[in-house]
Order: sequence, then structure tokens, then C-alpha cells
Amino acid sequence: MEVLYQIMNKQQDQWLFEISSKRKLIDLNFKEIWRYRDLLVLFIKRDIVTVYKQTVLGPLWFFIQPFFTSVIFTLVFNNIASISTGFVPAFLFNLSGITAWNYFKICLTGTSNTFRSNAGIFGKVYFPRFIVPLSKVISNLFKFGIQLLILIGFYIYYLVNGAQISLSVYTLLFPVYILLMMLFGLGVGMILSTWTTKYRDISILMSFVMQMLMYVSAVPYPLAEIQKKQPEYAWVVEYNPITHIIEGFRYILFNPPGVAFNWTPLLYVSLLATALFLVGLILFNRTEKTFIDTV
Amino acid sequence: MSIILKAENISKQYRLGLVGTGTLKHDFNRFWHRIRGKEDPYLKVGGVNDRTKKATEDYVWALQDINFEVEEGEVLGIIGKNGAGKSTLLKILSQVTSPTTGTIKSRGRIASLLEVGTGFHPELTGRENIYLNGAILGMTKAEIASKIDEIIDFSGCELYIDTPTKRYSSGMTVRLAFAVAAHLEPDIMVIDEVLAVGDAEFQKKAVGKMQDISRGQGRTVLFVSHNMAAVKSLCTRCIVLDNGGLAFNGHTDEAIDFYLKLNSSNRGIRNNSIFNPNEFEYSPHVRPVSISVGAVGKALEEPIEFEDEIEFKIQFNKLSENIQIDTTLQIKDSKGNYVISCGSGLSQNIENKNETGTVEHSVRFPSSFFSSEEFFVNVLFVENKKTVTVKLDDIISFQVLESTRKLGEWMGKSIAPIKIKLDWFLSTHD
Repeated sequence: MEVLYQIMNKQQDQWLFEISSKRKLIDLNFKEIWRYRDLLVLFIKRDIVTVYKQTVLGPLWFFIQPFFTSVIFTLVFNNIASISTGFVPAFLFNLSGITAWNYFKICLTGTSNTFRSNAGIFGKVYFPRFIVPLSKVISNLFKFGIQLLILIGFYIYYLVNGAQISLSVYTLLFPVYILLMMLFGLGVGMILSTWTTKYRDISILMSFVMQMLMYVSAVPYPLAEIQKKQPEYAWVVEYNPITHIIEGFRYILFNPPGVAFNWTPLLYVSLLATALFLVGLILFNRTEKTFIDTV
Repeated sequence: MSIILKAENISKQYRLGLVGTGTLKHDFNRFWHRIRGKEDPYLKVGGVNDRTKKATEDYVWALQDINFEVEEGEVLGIIGKNGAGKSTLLKILSQVTSPTTGTIKSRGRIASLLEVGTGFHPELTGRENIYLNGAILGMTKAEIASKIDEIIDFSGCELYIDTPTKRYSSGMTVRLAFAVAAHLEPDIMVIDEVLAVGDAEFQKKAVGKMQDISRGQGRTVLFVSHNMAAVKSLCTRCIVLDNGGLAFNGHTDEAIDFYLKLNSSNRGIRNNSIFNPNEFEYSPHVRPVSISVGAVGKALEEPIEFEDEIEFKIQFNKLSENIQIDTTLQIKDSKGNYVISCGSGLSQNIENKNETGTVEHSVRFPSSFFSSEEFFVNVLFVENKKTVTVKLDDIISFQVLESTRKLGEWMGKSIAPIKIKLDWFLSTHD
């Protein structure tokens, strides 16, 4: 009898899972995300396929935006305000900065709106919520890839025309910079997403903060230029980790003669990105459980 | 049989009103309590979830201390009025939101059909949407691929399967969505009102599929519905939720009875009106005493079913002689349309010219006559077949239930307020 009771007792304790009010600090269930990998793939496919349905120009739109922004930046900053871009042709300099910035920006804004724009689905079915920002970040790689093509096109054009740019061994760091942009976008985006569910103020704030952030991230000018012209304010740009991603990204593409590659900013940015990503993940996991009550 | 799902002390608290500066203040206060290691100060407050009363607190308990167990292979019905907490419970069960207190332990995967068609993208084709929707509901690509022909066949949308779903009619979208959901194979399935979709033919298919799921395959099902006919034919046991609490847990028939009584007392169904003799003094000849409606052979409190004969009784004091008093019933459906007028003036039996004192008029409607909805009744007193002396609007009301339809038959609502059973005759002509 005692044995039977023990067996029953044991059986009672073998639950497959538990839905509880208690929270764990990090509750990211990698096994579960892996189980839903097909969903991740389908989300990515959906995002890529559906954006330009019923448009005439289709993916050409991916080219048009960075191209014209670069043209305007070149006119305003380089021709009128005469900011020097060193050995790198001004247009190419701007195009590369904008391509990298665009990817980071879309990762961040896409992630920060995760809960709001998916409230419909999230309110009905459960699946690991982290799949959504992950799919956004990956599907945006496709857009980034297309924009990279136009960059490569102009790169070759300027190279043929004798610009002093070249690839180097550091170009191999390219995937590292992509990963850093992803981590930053996801990390900061997830931190913001926990606030945007409850307080809409954040998403209103975001649209112009992103605009300002671009200017303090050394996108339309080299970091050296502001250090030279405005040394008392340069620290704002120097401490901004995005600056170092953009600067590094440009360095590995153009390999400007006479400048050595600096590992310190890369290390600083990598550590910070990882930390922000982890903090974001903790907050995101906390929010996903109850956000539907406050969104 | 073993227990596959166990809910312990499930409660869910919601904040009333809008999100604004007040929320921010409470959030800070909560945060301040938490970092000092204290309990959430707002968990102690919170009113009972009764939406008809004015709120006295900022927080409300949508669910409070719900405990129940589900055995493997059981079909458990969850019934309750609108706002009783059913949807909140389902949201917690399907992990869309987490409970404020308590735990749910499960031995199997739970999949829910809270609303079919979640995540359908209008630009994608029917086939692409089957994959996407299936994956959202927890199927793998390989699983969907192995069932895709079956799903397409079940939906009956084969012709349009490679057309974007934005070109679909709403009925087709629902069929496709239900087809995907019906081919899920979780251990525990949570189903919410899916039987209300589609046309009669599709409903029959859907109910048949539900039957297979619950009976044939021995799947555990939690079934939420307002449709008592469906609940009665599918469920073995029911829990009744009322104002966020678990009000009843037991056999389906008893649970439905319990729910109906709860329902009629809460919704203002009044099948018996008794009058103060000093009221209605504006007629010198008539004083109404009581008016009631009920099923023949049942107590007045018991629910009226479709198969019951329905009897109206009108008692009044007749004060004067030499005057004929007739009574008329005007019956309205739940939308307020008059559907029946029935007066004693047309009957040969009512001859009360010489009576005084308490008189009772009664009339019976045949069984299988009113369809399952609510009806409201006006009662008129007519003098000498020409003058209305007293008119009592909406003085009683009653609700007819239809709960004995067979499984696999149509479960929808009747389109007309009168659903009459007559003898039909068959003859063949060669």
C-alpha cells in the first residue's frame, strides 16, 4: 500500500510543464525555440515575400532610399559644408555609413515594436515570443544584402576610377560587425519593447531620437573630423557605441592608408552589445508573460 | 485514469480604467515594494468581477481561486455568462498571459483554438497560409506537409488554394482556418466557440471532426461554449464559472441546470409576476393578481425546454358584474419584434360576464413551438372585446432551451423565433 502510494505520488510529480505566476530571471527556453524553428523560417519568408507585393518596382525600392539619401548627404555635408572624408570618395563614404545605419535602425525599431504590432497574434496563441524579433533581424538581412550590392557596385566603380580604397585582412571582420548590429538592435529594442507595451510615449519618442542618434553616431562625417573641429563636444560621439560600429564598418571596407586598425573600440562595443542583449532578454521574457493585459 | 491537467488556486487580477499617470505611480510603488523584498501592495485589493456594479476599487479579480483537475481523455465543458472569466481562464491555459497567483500543471502539450485564423496574412496564398498558421499553432513543417492534402480537402477550398487569401470570402477564410486547426494533434485541446462558424454543411463537418477528436482519438478537450446543445452532446463533465469564481463542478446535466438557473436570475428573466392589489387602480373593473409562464409538469423555477408544453396563467380580481374581461398575450422575440398575438376573445371557453372575485385564465402552447431564445410578453386586459383597460408591457419573459439535439446534427441557432413541429406526409409519384 505504501509502495503504491509512493508510485502514485511520484507519478503526480512528473509534469511536462507548469504555468505559474512566479518568474525566473532568465527563462529563455532554447529547446522550445528550436522546436519552433520552422515557424522562424516561415516568418522570415513571410516578411521578405510580402513587403513588396503589388508594387511595380519591387525590391528596387531597397536601392532607391539609400542612394538618394547618400546623394543629399554628399551635397549638403561634403559639397556645401565641406566635411572632409579623407581618401574615401564622399558619396561612397555616405553610402556605406547609411547602409550600416539602416540595418541597425531597422533591427532596433522592429524589435521595439514587437509586442504592439503583434498583439493580435500574441493574444491568441502561445509560441516563444523571441522568435518574432529574431525573424525580423534575419529577414532584414535580406534587405541589407541588396543594399550591400549597390554599395559593392559603386565600390568597384570608384576603384576603377583610381580611388585609394582597398580591402584588407580586416575585411574578414565583416560578419562580426553584422552580428554586433544585430545584438545592439535586439538588445536595445527588447529593452524598449517592455516599455512601449504600457507607455506609448516611448514609440513617439523613438522616431525623432533615432534621427538625432544618427547624427551623433558619426554617420554623415568621420569621427576624426568632429574631434578636430569640435573637440569639447566630441566625447558625445566617442562614447556612443554605434559610432564605433559605423567607423569600424567603414574601416574594414576602405582600409584607408596610414591608419592602423584599433581593437579597443571593437572590444568595448562587443562587451556592451552582449550585456545589453542579455538585459534585453531578461526584460523581454518578463514582459511576454503579461504584456497582453497592458498593451 | 490519470490526471493530465491540474489548476491550483488560479487567480488573475486586472487593473480597471485607463493607463495613465496613475499607472506609473502604481508601477513605481510596486517596484519600491519589490526592491525592499515586500509583497505587491495591490494584490490585497480588488473587487469581485461583477460588471453590473459600479467599481469601488482600481483593481478587479477576473478569476479568483480556481481549482480543478482534468483526466486524460475527458471532454470538460467550461460554461458561464459573458464576463464570468472563461476567456481569462483560456488565456491562462493557452499561455497567452500568466496568472497573478497559482499554477497550472500539465502532463501534455496544450494547443488552443481561441480564434481560428490567427496569423493569416492576406497577401499569402491559401497554401502558404496553411503552413504559416500551422507553424504558429505549433506544428512542424513536416507534420503540415504530411497532412496538407487532408487539410485542403477538409476546407473545401481546393480551387482557390494558390490564390492570396485576401481574395477569399470570409466564409472560405474561416473554413481554411478551421481546417488547419482541426488537424492539430496536441495532447490537450482548448476549443472556444468554433462551432459558431460557417454554414450548416460546414458545421456538420466541424462537429463530426470534434466528435472524432474527443471520442475516437481519446484526446483531452476543454470546450468553452454558450451553446448548451453542443456542450450537452460533447462534454462528460462541466465547470461553471460565475463572477470569476468556480461555482459548480460536476456532471454535465446538473451543470447546465445550474448555469441556466444562474443565468435566468441574473439576466432579469422573470417568468412570474405577482401584483400588489393596490396597484393599477386606473381600471375600476380589473386588478391583476399574478401572471406566470412555465413548462407544464415542471416547477416555475425549472428551465423551459423546446419539448415542453408551455402554459401561461393570468390571475386577476374581477370587481364588476355585467362586463366581459378578456386577456391577450403579445409575445415578442429577443429583438423586440412581435411574433404572436393570442387573445382569449377568440376562444369560446372564456365567458365571465357574471363572475366576480379571483378569476384565472390559462392557455397552453404546444411542445416544439418556440425556438431557443428569449421571449418577452405584454399582457392586455380587454373590456367587452373592444376597450383595453390595462396594458402591462414586458410583464413577464421566458427563455426556451434546446439541449437534446443529437451529435452531428446542426448546432446553430434557429433563424426564426417560431420553430414549429408539424406532421409531414410522404407520397411518391412514379
